[in-house]
Amino acid sequence: MELEGRWRDLDYLLNRQGNVVGPGFEPGPEIREFLQSDCRVLVVGAGGLGCELLKDLALSGFGCIDVIDMDTIDVSNLNRQFLFRMQDVGQSKANIAAQRIMQRISGVKVTPHHCMIQEKTLDFYEQFHVIVLGLDSLEARRYMNSVACSFLEYDEDGQPDLATVKPMIDGGTEGFKGHARVLIPGITPCFECTLWLFPPQTKFPLCTLAETPRSPAHCIEYAKIILWPKERPDDTFDADCEEHMRWMYDKALARASEFGIQGVTYQLTQGVVKNIIPAIASTNAIVAAQCTLEALKLVTMCSSGLNNYMMYSGTDGVYTLTTPYERDDKCPICSAGVSFDAAPSTTLQELIDMLMKDPDLGKHLSAPSVSYGSTNLYMRGALEQQTRPNLEKPISELVDGDGSVIHINDRQLVAAMKVRLKFGPSNGEMDS
Amino acid sequence: MSEESPSAEVSPHSNAVSGETSMDKSKRYDRGIRVWGAHGQEALEAAKVCLLNAGPTGTEALKNLVLGGIHSFTIVDGAKVTPPDLGNNYLLTADGLGMPRAQCAAECLKELNESVSGSYVEETPRSLMTSSPEFFKPFTLVIATQLGETDAVTIDGICRQHGVKLVLLRSYGLLGYVRPSVPEMCVTESKPDNKVDDLRLSNPWPELAAHAAALDLSATQEHVHSHVPYALLLLKATKHWQEEHGGKLPSSYPERTAFKDLVNSWQRHVDGIPLDEENFTEAISNAHKVWAPPSVSSELQAVLDDPCAASITQQSPDFWVLVAALRRFIEQEGDGQLPLEGSIPDMHASTQQYLDLQRIYRAKADVDAAAVQAHTRALLEAAGRDPSAIPLPDIKHFCKHARSLRLVRCRSLEEETGPGSCRGSALRQALGQEDTAANAALYVLLRAADRFHQTYQRYPGTFDGEVEEDAALLKSQANALLAECGAAGGTVGGGGGVSDDLAAELCRCAAGELHVVAAVVGAVAAQEAIKIMTGQFVPLGGCLIYNAMACTTSVFAF
Ligand SMILES: [Zn+2]
Repeated sequence: MELEGRWRDLDYLLNRQGNVVGPGFEPGPEIREFLQSDCRVLVVGAGGLGCELLKDLALSGFGCIDVIDMDTIDVSNLNRQFLFRMQDVGQSKANIAAQRIMQRISGVKVTPHHCMIQEKTLDFYEQFHVIVLGLDSLEARRYMNSVACSFLEYDEDGQPDLATVKPMIDGGTEGFKGHARVLIPGITPCFECTLWLFPPQTKFPLCTLAETPRSPAHCIEYAKIILWPKERPDDTFDADCEEHMRWMYDKALARASEFGIQGVTYQLTQGVVKNIIPAIASTNAIVAAQCTLEALKLVTMCSSGLNNYMMYSGTDGVYTLTTPYERDDKCPICSAGVSFDAAPSTTLQELIDMLMKDPDLGKHLSAPSVSYGSTNLYMRGALEQQTRPNLEKPISELVDGDGSVIHINDRQLVAAMKVRLKFGPSNGEMDS
Repeated sequence: MSEESPSAEVSPHSNAVSGETSMDKSKRYDRGIRVWGAHGQEALEAAKVCLLNAGPTGTEALKNLVLGGIHSFTIVDGAKVTPPDLGNNYLLTADGLGMPRAQCAAECLKELNESVSGSYVEETPRSLMTSSPEFFKPFTLVIATQLGETDAVTIDGICRQHGVKLVLLRSYGLLGYVRPSVPEMCVTESKPDNKVDDLRLSNPWPELAAHAAALDLSATQEHVHSHVPYALLLLKATKHWQEEHGGKLPSSYPERTAFKDLVNSWQRHVDGIPLDEENFTEAISNAHKVWAPPSVSSELQAVLDDPCAASITQQSPDFWVLVAALRRFIEQEGDGQLPLEGSIPDMHASTQQYLDLQRIYRAKADVDAAAVQAHTRALLEAAGRDPSAIPLPDIKHFCKHARSLRLVRCRSLEEETGPGSCRGSALRQALGQEDTAANAALYVLLRAADRFHQTYQRYPGTFDGEVEEDAALLKSQANALLAECGAAGGTVGGGGGVSDDLAAELCRCAAGELHVVAAVVGAVAAQEAIKIMTGQFVPLGGCLIYNAMACTTSVFAF
């Protein structure tokens, strides 16, 4: 039995008509019933953001939550991952987080998945109404992006079929700063559309590390990249093993004193080796709550939604900026098909070579397979021999004509890349 | 806390660990220490925090501080746990239904960090403020949540009287409010995002100039030539340029291009083709550091010009003594320049050439800090204090951060809300500007809602059947407030008053605390509390309005 009045404050928002609401908002008790019983939400990551997200979703009326995380709990998580205690160290984050939420908040079901995101099938991801990301790596974000975009289909007019749109909400933090964004494939930009929003990682040139180290970080990277493989070729480096980290520190320190460089500390060694991002409870809480609010708006239309990116900085007073970023029409992951010029006489082999060399598309590809509708044009693996003869055929014999969309698959991609062939005139340059 | 304090200790868990080793602590707090340093962590671990009201806005704020490792907390709340608490507050339990909210929240919060001690007082903040204002004296910081304007003014007065820092915060439907109230915060470590390197390329001190002059580029071997740090290349090029241009720096676009060409021409060539040496590429992309060195920001100038630095007395805080010493340094030894910070960015260079250069910059920073120390000693002595009261490491630390000193002063709530002292023209301006209009209107509506409450003993929108009428009443309260402040007629479109839509939205949520809004507001306040307690980063100088409908924020200093 639900306690009378428990959801009073949430019900004001869901049961009363508002003047600043999303399209088609119909207030009423059905909304909370839907949230509690039918709406499925997936939280990816049970770390700093994940713990907050689970609490926020559960206290925003979401009743069926799944959480996926392969990590186990570490002491250094306890400064912000409030669902975990000292005695939980070493246990699965997803399992403990799910337990704690269900113990505290009655009526909520949290299903934990202690595994990698890559271990789940597309069918698993398809069952959720909304996916909320609490991740700390670009790689994992790109993977989830390709999952969400893989469901997207366009109608004949090039408009996204709304039934196939799988919305995602993404959050991220570093120190006092963070961001929340709403990704609606086909409508707002996906991660690939705005990859430039993620700063490139600083990498030191090898010759600097080997010959002209100048900073403590250079000495630490030297120990990690050059000394470890040389001196301990049979050990796999484990950043969570204290003996390994101590070894790294000692070697870096020795290197630094050899060159007269000051400032190598154990803390810095850990930071450089593990690429540690400073993380605190408050920033995670801000970002996760903003993400949850957007999930609630997206599902219920109870208020106007974030369009589509909010950055937050608490370093100098509080500064936020809300920006409506635009989709990249040429995005191979979320668009209806990237236009690609090819002469009708181009062979499939030549077309594959051209795709691999293309600066925008080639970066997603290593060993592509090509299909057209339900027809396999060229497949790697078991069907390779069977489809190999197609490589010599001109593309005009394999597809229906100008504007045909072929699907390119690659082991680097979860979802197929869609390429819309534009048949230019046959010319010498193409044939050569 | 004193014996007389009416707080009750929550019985600690049977196996509570009180003597967590420093090793465990440094691991546990590692990710935070990477933000505010060991000294910041030390400040947090000494902080005693008092929370007023244990709704979700309050418990979320405190949760983030307990996780960060404050010394202790005390919760003041007069309510019992009721069903709505279980729909919006993670730090209250179903087992606690009917129990004091303060007690239940204190127990849940203590579970988050065994090294933080917690206590509670079952009393409303208003009653405690009236009966024993002295109660608040021992705290480092008071976090006051969900107070109406009258109570907010009262706690602000008490905290100012006792020198206790205060952060006020509220969540109200889809609206959030955070307002630090500390009379003066002097920030040495403001940690700006964008720091311009102070390399003195156009005005080197003698040792640096001599170091650059001693290098004969044309006589160096190829390997050395391609490993000369770019700062040295730019120093040589600047000297060369100035000699040929009557001491002037390149100022126009063609001149700057010519300057870069000059640097480029010094590259080694093989068969007439330049070698593309990486240090030269760096020199060209950093050439702007020659003509655009770091400047004195308006914020720093305001600190230097502040009356507090003009007359140092026995009571002057150390910060102001150091600012006064800094001023003397700039006028005298610095010849208009700040003390050198001393660190240099990484540059493509051989280890030896880089370390030699680094040593020269560090030595100059030490010399400058010693000069500031001499001024500090003289100032202290003249004020009747021990001349060595401020130790050299503190002075060095101050000099290192001198360029980014910041000063934040918050007006008292009484000044902000008093009809005679509120800044009506600023409010009118904010209401008239596209980007701040909605959030300024929310600020006004929140204050109007308090007046509504005073008039009708309920918040607007409390009863389902009266939401629309309440919106009209709220709007008239808002307009009356605007007229009182002299801010009427300033709205976008010139229609006067605040928008009907926003007034209606405020009534729709009937002062409810939505968990997510409480979590955002509580966490923003926790960030402010951390900044205030560690003295790092820059706290808000006014009130923050968080608009959860539009996902925007505005900061107003009315
Ligand atoms: Zn895209």
